[in-house]
Amino acid sequence: MSGFPILSTMLLVPLVGAVACLKVEAKAARTIALAATLIDFALGVVLWLNYDIGGAQWQFTERAQLFAGFQWALGIDGIALLLIMLSVFLMPICIGASWKSIDKRVGEYMAAFLLMETLMIGVFSAQDLFLFYIFFEAGLIPMYLIIGIWGGADRIYASYKFFLYTLLGSVLMLIAMFWMANEAGTTDIPTLMAYSFPVAAQKWLWLAFFASFAVKMPMWPVHTWLPDAHVQAPTAGSVILAGVLLKMGGYGFIRFSLPMFPEASAQFAWLIFALSMIAVVYTSLVALVQHDMKKLIAYSSVAHMGVVTIGLFAFNRIGLEGTMIVMLSHGLVAGALFLCVGIIYDRLHTREIDRYGGLAINMPRYAVFFMLFTMASIGLPGTSGFVGEFLSLAGVYQISSWVALVCTTGIILGAAYMLYLYRRVIFGVQAHADAAAMPDLDMREILMVVPLGLAVLWMGVYPESFLAPMRKDIATLDARLAQAKPRGDANVKMGPLKVAGAKPAPAVAAEGAK
Amino acid sequence: MNPILFIVFLPLLAAIVGGLGNRALGNTVVKSITTGALFLSCALSWPIFLKFIGGSAEASVTPVLQWVHSGGLEFDWALRVDTLTAVMLVVITTVSALVHLYSWGYMDEDPDQPRFFAYLSLFTFAMLMLVTADNLVQMFFGWEGVGLASYLLIGFWFKKPSANAAAIKAFVVNRVGDLGFMMGIFGTFLVFGTVSIPEILHAAPGMAGSTIGFLGHRFDTMTVLCILLFIGAMGKSAQLGLHTWLPDAMEGPTPVSALIHAATMVTAGVFMVCRLSPMFHASPAASSFVTFIGAATCIFAATVGTTQTDIKRVIAYSTCSQLGYMFFAAGVGAYGAAMFHLVTHAFFKALLFLGAGSVIHAMHHEQDMRYYGGLRKQIPWTFAAMTAGTLAITGVGIAGIFGFAGFYSKDAILEAAFASGTEMGRFAWALGVFAALLTSFYSWRLVFLTFFGKPRWDQSEHIQHAVHDAHGHDSHAHDDHAHDDHTHANHAHGDGTAGYHPHESPISMMIPLGVLSLGAVLAGYVFAPHFVGLEGATEFWKGAVVVDTHLIEAAEHIGAWSLAPTIVMLTGLFIAWYSYIRNPGFPAAFVDQFGVLYRFLLNKWYFDELYDVLFVRPAFWLGRQFWKIGDIGIIDRFGPNGAAWVVAQGSRAATKLQSGYLYSYALVMLVGLVGAVSWVIAR
Repeated sequence: MSGFPILSTMLLVPLVGAVACLKVEAKAARTIALAATLIDFALGVVLWLNYDIGGAQWQFTERAQLFAGFQWALGIDGIALLLIMLSVFLMPICIGASWKSIDKRVGEYMAAFLLMETLMIGVFSAQDLFLFYIFFEAGLIPMYLIIGIWGGADRIYASYKFFLYTLLGSVLMLIAMFWMANEAGTTDIPTLMAYSFPVAAQKWLWLAFFASFAVKMPMWPVHTWLPDAHVQAPTAGSVILAGVLLKMGGYGFIRFSLPMFPEASAQFAWLIFALSMIAVVYTSLVALVQHDMKKLIAYSSVAHMGVVTIGLFAFNRIGLEGTMIVMLSHGLVAGALFLCVGIIYDRLHTREIDRYGGLAINMPRYAVFFMLFTMASIGLPGTSGFVGEFLSLAGVYQISSWVALVCTTGIILGAAYMLYLYRRVIFGVQAHADAAAMPDLDMREILMVVPLGLAVLWMGVYPESFLAPMRKDIATLDARLAQAKPRGDANVKMGPLKVAGAKPAPAVAAEGAK
Repeated sequence: MNPILFIVFLPLLAAIVGGLGNRALGNTVVKSITTGALFLSCALSWPIFLKFIGGSAEASVTPVLQWVHSGGLEFDWALRVDTLTAVMLVVITTVSALVHLYSWGYMDEDPDQPRFFAYLSLFTFAMLMLVTADNLVQMFFGWEGVGLASYLLIGFWFKKPSANAAAIKAFVVNRVGDLGFMMGIFGTFLVFGTVSIPEILHAAPGMAGSTIGFLGHRFDTMTVLCILLFIGAMGKSAQLGLHTWLPDAMEGPTPVSALIHAATMVTAGVFMVCRLSPMFHASPAASSFVTFIGAATCIFAATVGTTQTDIKRVIAYSTCSQLGYMFFAAGVGAYGAAMFHLVTHAFFKALLFLGAGSVIHAMHHEQDMRYYGGLRKQIPWTFAAMTAGTLAITGVGIAGIFGFAGFYSKDAILEAAFASGTEMGRFAWALGVFAALLTSFYSWRLVFLTFFGKPRWDQSEHIQHAVHDAHGHDSHAHDDHAHDDHTHANHAHGDGTAGYHPHESPISMMIPLGVLSLGAVLAGYVFAPHFVGLEGATEFWKGAVVVDTHLIEAAEHIGAWSLAPTIVMLTGLFIAWYSYIRNPGFPAAFVDQFGVLYRFLLNKWYFDELYDVLFVRPAFWLGRQFWKIGDIGIIDRFGPNGAAWVVAQGSRAATKLQSGYLYSYALVMLVGLVGAVSWVIAR
């Protein structure tokens, strides 16, 4: 593959598709969009197969000077590779989900989605600070349009809330980027990742980036845009929002905050931990009392993102790898759950939980898939949800047993709100005639949920496929963070009286405590 | 191919084929596939167990697939077979195969049979993964897998609100325990640097006496880890505090109660403590805690069991109580006795549940014992099986000659508790002996109420329905004339039968009862020397659990105290006989006299009410407060809405540049870009 600009091609294909969609009528636009996303998915598979695990840190790099030092710099490591795979995997499913439910301004809608795909891949492959910024911020425009034009009744309020929050963060981040470029004399991300900024300045830079990433995650208390955005967005919009856009915050932390400002990250870990602990408990409880299916899943996303952020700031490989798996898993599972909601929304046009019930009788296939994704969401071992959550929590336990304990309560609350949802929608008697008359999944819908289901199980049973590509990159990051690593609270001390012949404490035992 | 692979994965395969095939394959095909797979697993399991009994087998580990390698945390899918696993293999596959067979008859009229059988097989697979785990995380996989299957099966009749509520309760309460289990795994990994069970057990004794920081305080390392792990066991094995889900789980079909909520899943906690026995052995404090919880559960559940009227609930509380015995056995260090009681209990309790199912089947789904009576003549085989089960659970036997299964295992536990010499051991012994009295009472009460006395069937709605359906009334006529029919029926059949004729269950249900009866009668006599014998135990267990030969020896020399269980057993039998056969007015008189105590027990010590007030309501209340006040009232009001207000005011005053937010957003971006480019140029 050497020499072939595959990343640029992956950016270009949806872009060309987007332009084409604007010019044709509805039916052709759907076909073009599906074709473009499938081509991109195929390119993604080629990318993954050709990715040299354990090889150079940055692969498929492309460099082109544009003007005045501003460069077109692309390249990926294992972390970016996985997130790109997630994006290209979800996109054809999103197009499929919009196949019938979108019937006005189809060309524009498909164009917006394809544009978003370009921008998402751009975010994960950009190697230049300002190129990243453009992709990162511009990605919101199509999302904003999708919510604002094709959304539900309250779409204007939702899209403006979405905008306001995002504005808050991005301005501060941009200022920080200027300062960094000035200080380090380069906008090249790999160079910046190894650059040591003065510790005093790191604090401010970290906070500026934090403002942007915390909103994107979203972390408590800047999460309130998410439930509204999800509720108002069309199904595919929710899928891509939960699936990929929420991962940009986590990616930002892993790409910028942690490697560029390790000392500041250690200093502010308490802030992250505090907000994450609140997020897990608070939003889980809020999810418990929701009447709107999408809102419930949106709040559960916030709780899951709390597990992402604690893993990030656990300062060890287990936590970091766990974080990445939670992000990938949540992308699949939350996306799948929104898809499941969309499938019944298309039939009954309501998200009110109480309007459903007894769907296991008339939609048995649907019930099976919904159960699978519910179980993945509450982290049942054997599904993707467990692997990430387990690693992330195990990682943070090395630093703080309190944080681990509070965040592990998420497994109780998560089970409560998801099973309560499942019971009200799928089990019980068929209280409403219209809900009881809904047909089971058709072929198009089966083609969308089956790949998601298989991916969830794959990641749960054999996560090595996903751990292997990023192992080296996580190790590099971990080494970079080693200088700032905080002490753990466990600090195992051997007792004064040892049983004869017993070995001294294994050195690894106190690894987190060093 | 290694037979263990077939033992474990055949049920999974059957579950997948049966579950996905469902209606396409049809009832008979799915039932044959799942039941066949289980009998095959069972047939492959017994030779493994017998090899361990014979002493000719060694522990082995069969790798299956890599699972997670992250940092230093590595765990794979692998199947471990040692003595402890072999014991569990035969218990699980035997009871499961018999329950599959039994369900052919019991679930015959259910419209959803393939789903039921697929769930049963899925459960069996998860349970087998649990007991063959070579690392803590795979054990957790099985742990959660059986939880899922239990949830699905409790809620099998998903149209019933009570079944759904019970299913969710079971899952969520178990998750509280799982919180402890997960924290325990994290802590174990932190301390030992591995989650591999053999490596942990090897290193555990060396950590005795060390301390660890946990939640801001310093504790003894092994005590923290063991108690965390034990909280997981408390959830799965329904120990006091986390027991509330088990009685409600009786909402599931009766074969499920027999397999999951009596013989196998609920004993997973006991299995876990035994599997990790060197860890618990390294912490006297944690062992005392286990003893205390076990003894407390044992007496609590036994007291509640004496007042329940639903036949399945009596047996459920009995299960809870018997699990308490197993735990305090493990707590005092008699792990062999704990496992022994687990095995005998699996046979006699599955027998009792399936027998109860046969009674319920005969009585047209009536579960209230107040409406039974005199059934021994109508269903003599069920009566015989239930009697065998009752003789086994109450521990009937004469030392040195012969006893039913429970006689050996329960006595071994009580003797070990007495002989342990610790205060906690004596405490457990005292409670255990009293609980044995209650066990005898409630078990015989069940038999007497069900099989003796005069029929009281006419008071049962289920029976009335059955009779009228049989008389050819259509359902409308029935509803309209329910009252008339009622009096009419009573008038015609003044013998309390309402004209109903119970029938013995079909052969598919009687075979399992027969096989399990055999187990309930013989399992104790045959296996006692291996599980708890002074010479046999060390050789049999081969280090799979900690075997304290001093304790076994001391337990054999406690003199006249060893007669205590037999004495209380006879006392309980006498009280039951007096109350329910000799003088049937006595219970009512007792209730009149001690109404407060009776209601306290009848309402299960008010645990459900307490938890509702402490946890369930506050959770929903907090959720609403956080949502309405936190999110909407504070964050939105002062956040985006407040900012919007400021922006609106500001923009009205300052500029009329743009009105659409999208444009202003684009503008900000543009400014940013221009800034970036100009900086680059100016550099």
